[in-house]
Amino acid sequence: MYQIIKQILHTGIKSEKPPQPDDALRSQVQEINAQILKYVGRALAIRHVDAGSCNGCELEIHCLNNPYYNIEGMGIHFVASPRHADMLLVTGPVSRHMEVALKRTFDATPDPKLVVAVGDCGRDGGIFGTSYASCGGVTSVIPVDAVVPGCPPTPVAILQGILTAVSRRV
Amino acid sequence: MRLDDFPKLFTKLHGAMPVWHGSVDAKDLRALCEQVLHGGGKLLALWGEDCSDISPDVQGTTREAGYALHVALVTAPGLLVLTLPVDQNKPAFPDLSDLFPAADRMQRNIADMLGLHPAEGGDHRKWTRHASWPGNAHPLRKSFDINATHATEMDAYQFVPVTGNGVHEIAVGPVHAGIIEVGHFHFSVIGEKVLRLEERFGYKHKGIEKRFEGMSLEQGAKLAGRISGDTTVAYAWAYALAVESVTHTTAPLRAQWLRAMFLELERLLNHLGDLGYLGNDAALGFGFAQFWILKEDLLRMNSELFGHRYLMDRIVPGGVSVDIDSATHTRIFETLQHIASTVSTLKNIYDEHAGVQDRFITTGRVTPDLAAQLGLTGLAGRASGQAWDLRAQFPCAPYDQLEVLMATHRNGDVAARVTVRFEEITESIRLIRAILEKLPQGESRCAIGEVQSVHPGIGWVEGWRGEVLIALHTGSDNLIHRLHAHDPSWQNWPVLEHAVIGNIVPDFPLINKSFNLSYSGVDL
Repeated sequence: MYQIIKQILHTGIKSEKPPQPDDALRSQVQEINAQILKYVGRALAIRHVDAGSCNGCELEIHCLNNPYYNIEGMGIHFVASPRHADMLLVTGPVSRHMEVALKRTFDATPDPKLVVAVGDCGRDGGIFGTSYASCGGVTSVIPVDAVVPGCPPTPVAILQGILTAVSRRV
Repeated sequence: MRLDDFPKLFTKLHGAMPVWHGSVDAKDLRALCEQVLHGGGKLLALWGEDCSDISPDVQGTTREAGYALHVALVTAPGLLVLTLPVDQNKPAFPDLSDLFPAADRMQRNIADMLGLHPAEGGDHRKWTRHASWPGNAHPLRKSFDINATHATEMDAYQFVPVTGNGVHEIAVGPVHAGIIEVGHFHFSVIGEKVLRLEERFGYKHKGIEKRFEGMSLEQGAKLAGRISGDTTVAYAWAYALAVESVTHTTAPLRAQWLRAMFLELERLLNHLGDLGYLGNDAALGFGFAQFWILKEDLLRMNSELFGHRYLMDRIVPGGVSVDIDSATHTRIFETLQHIASTVSTLKNIYDEHAGVQDRFITTGRVTPDLAAQLGLTGLAGRASGQAWDLRAQFPCAPYDQLEVLMATHRNGDVAARVTVRFEEITESIRLIRAILEKLPQGESRCAIGEVQSVHPGIGWVEGWRGEVLIALHTGSDNLIHRLHAHDPSWQNWPVLEHAVIGNIVPDFPLINKSFNLSYSGVDL
């Protein structure tokens, strides 16, 4: 125990300031009540759904939980079920084999809900495109509120996408 | 045909790795596989190819048959790639799953994707295909249009039933509870104890191998780096080796050394991340926070020095796309020094933490005998007494001058896989330091020429998870005719089914994480 406490004190606080929302990432007019957004913006539950990614975007989403980005410190946490979620964070081109599962996950998420598509593939299918096996971007299967491009997008960019989706459109 | 003769009978391919290629008939294929097995060798990969659109005069008799089955076997002198012509009027090949259990899913993948079946024996259930294209259509046939969409059908899949008093089933996935890739786990349990686990994958199939067809050799590099995002360096290197093999190119020496540094950085990133999660899954959140600070430090260093956090697209055919100067050396040395000293502290904390050790020791055990029988490979294999590491056994430059120390243990439990990771972190840091100290001067990239070889190009690299293989078949037009990417997860996923038997369900996430296998790398 002494070693653990010593190491924690030695490490210090690594958390950095969060980025600001970016209107450029918005993909559609948000219809959600501003009051609700104000609320969920401070206590947001996110369900991550991999819809067919290469796993690169997942690596960066993991990083959001590290002490530098400290996403939980902002009141945002990842939950184990869409039933508990305010937001779906979706990666990958949507493979045709994941189309049904993604729709069901969306349907299982209570309203009001937000969707953020992560990565170049989440935006439009990216390098994998559209084919017999890929539906392309997330928006071809479920409605999307914000898109975060990048291959993979950095944790700061993903955080910015999340904050953009929950912030009220001016 | 005797195995001892193959270096004389077959063609040695251009490149640093010892790889031979030759054509065989069905009888010789079985005979050679049996000899490889009894000689202590193993199956690396199995893939098929539709050759019907290539004129027979281009690549000889193999092409006349219509289809080809390719088998990559690891033997004492090196990698043996065998090509079996398969008649398009009788698309069948000899079953190899009785010799190599790992062949089972690869054969089912070939049946789905290309319509070639084992002649007799083997599991005939579908594997990669779910419902997005009909059973009589095969995406890797040349007549199959990549852009055509098909009417979906019901995805009926028969799991092996487990019956008995008190047996019940737990179905998990495809969407899992964590930030993780998608796949389905079908548990049969009594109380908390797992009787049987059956995996079902294919959810992430996005047509990667079909997408490669017709790409130029340059274009393919970017896609190869996105087969499995956490292994991007190993895939990019394997792809570059395959291209360099068919074009008879040799990357400049400096590039070869830089590639190895990138590969070791990738190994560090993944091992640091996994050790953090393994602590987390054993309820030591402190471990996650500490290891992921180190991982982030390394990612930021990568971004700053090499322009990409995960080093995507840094290895290209002909060399590397980014070079370093001497100021960079200091920055890398400092970062590694900090990581080395902190990991040493954290290892002591993990080792002495009773709660963590209680979860790690004896959990998810794969004995060396079982590992050998099922062909467990890579990092997980080395934790179960399977002493295979390309960097030590078939060292290409620069590993031939670095004397890589292979980490091996025999307990085969979560604790052993944790220990292998700790030891490989130490070794990778030593290797990167040695690479920087001895880094040759000169160019770091050269041009690649036209295709020179009628043989496949093979890239074979010890990624952080295990052996990654890229097999590149070119057509007569300098374009990719067929590309097969093989991830070590093909071998290791079936062993996970055995590792969890008799364990309690709540230990599954810990066991799964201790293997940390790729879904994208096998679904393709």
